[in-house]
Amino acid sequence: MAKTDTKGKKLERNGLSDDQLRAMFRNMLLQRQLDNRGFQLNRQGKVPFALGSEGHEALQAGAAMAFHRGKDLLAPYYRDLGLALGIGLTSYEILLSLFARADDHNGGRQFPNHYSSKAAGLMSFSSILAAHIPHAVGAAYAMKYRGERGRAVLVTCGDGTTSEGEWHESVNFASIHKLPVVFLVENNLWAISTPIEHQMGQPEIWKRAAGYGIPGHRFNGFDPIETYGSVNEALDRARSGGGPTLLEGMCYRFLAHSTDDNDMTYRTKEEVAAHRKEDPVPRFERVLIDHDVMSAADVEQLKRDVLRETNEATDRAEAMPYPTAADLYTHLYEGAWQPWQ
Amino acid sequence: MATTNRPSPPFERAGLSDEQLVGMLRTMLLQRMLENRGFQLNRQGKIPFASASEGHEGVQAGAAMAFARGRDLLFPYYRDLGLALGVGLTSYEVLLSLFARGSDQSGGRQFPHHYSSRRLGIATISSIIAAQLSHAVGAAYALRVRGEHGRAVLATFGDGATSEGEWHESLNFAAVHKLPVVFLCENNEWAISTPLAKQMGQPDIWRRAAGYGLPSTCVDGMDPVACYLAVSDALDRARTGGGPTLVEAKCYRFLSHTTDDDDRTYRSREEVEAHRRDDPVPNFERRLDEAGILSAEALERLKGELLAEINEATDRAEAMPYPGGEELYRNVYADSTDPWR
Amino acid sequence: MAVSSPTQTSQVMNNVDAVRATLYDAMKNDPRTVILGEDVGARGNVFLITKDFAKEFGPQRVIDTPIAEASIVGIAIGMAMEGLRPIAEIQFADFIYPAFNQIVGEAAKTRYRSNGEYTCPLVIRTPYGGGVRGALSHSVSIEALFYHVPGLKILAPAFPADVKGLLNAAIDDPDPVLFLEHKKTYRLIKGEVPDGHYTIPIGKANVLKEGSALSVVSYGLYVHWALEAAQQLEQEGISVEVIDLRSIRPMDKTAILQSVEKTRKLLVVHEDNKFGGIGAEISAMVAEEALFSLDAPIRRHCAPDVPAMGYAEPLEHEYMSSPAKIAEAMRELARF
Repeated sequence: MAKTDTKGKKLERNGLSDDQLRAMFRNMLLQRQLDNRGFQLNRQGKVPFALGSEGHEALQAGAAMAFHRGKDLLAPYYRDLGLALGIGLTSYEILLSLFARADDHNGGRQFPNHYSSKAAGLMSFSSILAAHIPHAVGAAYAMKYRGERGRAVLVTCGDGTTSEGEWHESVNFASIHKLPVVFLVENNLWAISTPIEHQMGQPEIWKRAAGYGIPGHRFNGFDPIETYGSVNEALDRARSGGGPTLLEGMCYRFLAHSTDDNDMTYRTKEEVAAHRKEDPVPRFERVLIDHDVMSAADVEQLKRDVLRETNEATDRAEAMPYPTAADLYTHLYEGAWQPWQ
Repeated sequence: MATTNRPSPPFERAGLSDEQLVGMLRTMLLQRMLENRGFQLNRQGKIPFASASEGHEGVQAGAAMAFARGRDLLFPYYRDLGLALGVGLTSYEVLLSLFARGSDQSGGRQFPHHYSSRRLGIATISSIIAAQLSHAVGAAYALRVRGEHGRAVLATFGDGATSEGEWHESLNFAAVHKLPVVFLCENNEWAISTPLAKQMGQPDIWRRAAGYGLPSTCVDGMDPVACYLAVSDALDRARTGGGPTLVEAKCYRFLSHTTDDDDRTYRSREEVEAHRRDDPVPNFERRLDEAGILSAEALERLKGELLAEINEATDRAEAMPYPGGEELYRNVYADSTDPWR
Repeated sequence: MAVSSPTQTSQVMNNVDAVRATLYDAMKNDPRTVILGEDVGARGNVFLITKDFAKEFGPQRVIDTPIAEASIVGIAIGMAMEGLRPIAEIQFADFIYPAFNQIVGEAAKTRYRSNGEYTCPLVIRTPYGGGVRGALSHSVSIEALFYHVPGLKILAPAFPADVKGLLNAAIDDPDPVLFLEHKKTYRLIKGEVPDGHYTIPIGKANVLKEGSALSVVSYGLYVHWALEAAQQLEQEGISVEVIDLRSIRPMDKTAILQSVEKTRKLLVVHEDNKFGGIGAEISAMVAEEALFSLDAPIRRHCAPDVPAMGYAEPLEHEYMSSPAKIAEAMRELARF
């Protein structure tokens, strides 16, 4: 991961205003706070499961900033808390999902972090890796078919998912039809316990793009500004008829895969600590302070705001009722669901 | 012919003896004549189905010459008549398969051209595109685990198979473990009715190899000597621990996909005629004649012998009995077929 | 139980331990055995079943695969065709669908299509089943999707001793076996497991409790609940016979018919949904073979016909049965 010493250098902001930079930072803080809240609630026995996305904050905040709300579509995977927040999901909605409450978008059916929101342009997905990627390609085909210029689909996945056959089939189809879709790989170097070198023959995923005849690009996913620049360029190309792009954002998974995993069974403390030195959240905090986008006091105030927001959302969501048993039987088909008629 | 990364060599024998060169031509002629026999038998109403490999004679004779009989393993696809002949299958066995007779290796179960032979190292395949590739990779892994140096697996497929997810998964896994396997793509430009441009974003399949960290070669699939060289190099690399290679041989499918297909519905006669100029069979006949290896008279004699061989094999195979109805129930499991105990 | 060793010593273990011990012995005793799957190596499987195997047997025999289920099974088929004895793992049964063609179209047909020349001695292990808050993609039962397929064998043991005996039988078997492990029973269910190598014949059910008023046929987690319910009914004066199928394909017709001819009433209990499920086949068979032995209609107590259990507790609770619900189904049939 490239080290960035920003003090004294001009900030390369890729056209982002101070407000946008602050919004990205807020998104990163909120993602981390909510992520940690999930793990806390799990330890308190209040939720049976939570997933960690720590280390993905800059990548997701940057990508979300490039997303055009109300126009683009997002087909995320289960480690995209920050992307979901960044395109408009609220803390309260995240907590509803964690607590599996009736008012959750999915009525408490899905695992935590498996959000969907038609209003936000967030497509529904399962836990099955790569299964959502052809859906994203199909949605992009629909946009192209209907002549909807200026719209694109952002589909994300981890490095592990690039081994699935459906990943290949999807990128191939999109490249044949030059569809408005951006394939964003959040490469955190680990597929649960399997490191990159056991996942692929050479470690640079973006290099596969040439084999499909599409542009490919790798960027530092610990830097939200660089991420924004890369994703924005790719989405703009997609929106203006230039076809798909394969992006690889380099980041790291600081936590275990989920609350059910213990990463110390397969990687060392030292490895994690080495990556922690590049933690994107304090790193971006320094950048903003160094360039007078925020003062240290602003940052402290923001952290308090984010904590208060998370606390309020937690209390509010926890107080909501579960779905009822009768809800098991709804939304199977349009109309009657019994197999015998 | 699209781009190749390796110039088609001027006539050279690549270390092959006169006998081997004539042996390759013999395989090519036999392949073409047997194939025509299949189409004739179909038109005569004697067999329900035949599939076509005309245009693949060069690549298959070359690849078969590189195959080490008794050591290497072949995981072919259903358009590999010439490869099967080249590694040792007899005309009679091919005719038994066409006629679906009881003494066919599969007992008349399989479609024509789905040969298998333990004796020759030819694996059993289904008609499912790309399904045999992971088997080839597993077999290569078995060679590795058993420490069988000097052996390799040759896995073949058409251009259409490269769009399948399992194609990707198989190359990726082989690349991770540097397995002794050669992936030979017989690119005939058509996936039944779908041209390359609708199958992939760029037409050079060999270019995908870099994305897997694999070496690749692209050869003129109409030239058996060039194909022998490319496959031989790749198999040698595999046998000596150098890992997998992706070889792309550019050829053309002169006939319809099968007797059930009519290619006039999707491609022009002009296109087919243009490729006929590159027909590997007359071209190689001419080259051997010009090099003084096989005279026109000797060629006619050879064709006469092959025709006699095929006629005899046809009569012999046709005279054999079908499998009996009771054969339907055999070889479901090693023991009883009855699901109730 | 075909115990090859005369020493009848045993140990108490849970189902995870039983799978682990059996796999360990197979790795130890047969160098042809390889294990492949997602996170089976360094992590030692998500339930720690293969913990430390990679250290002991080396990464060449304990393969952390890329996340690619179709090729996990396909590669295992190629290994099996060429003389290894692969044990492939699908991390959760819910992830098996991308491998559907390789299991149904390839493994199950390898012997048949080559007329016996090529075979596929392959075990595919996968944890299945709910009651663990696994939501839509970590809870499903998959047996009905596969038991229709000639060429496959499907086992679903419920007790640690059966896990060991049947997993050994699966590993020794010359044909592809889908070995289903109910994940809720992994640590919940403990029992005596004989030491030494033994196998339990595939296709043999086990009569867990004899009874006279009705027969209950089940497998997996619900066997335990059916047994609990039957013991409850015993106190109410209703004698219930409980049969643990253990093997879903092939299935023990003799045990089912013998029991039904004695009790004259049949209740099939399974966690998978009802329509087209295992219970449908059992019901049809009994109707064909023993209709006039029955004093009541055959009953099936199964999951509702919805795709899966939701994450929220009430949704899972509604989907899953329980000893109480099974007991009620038993009472209802006993009263008929």
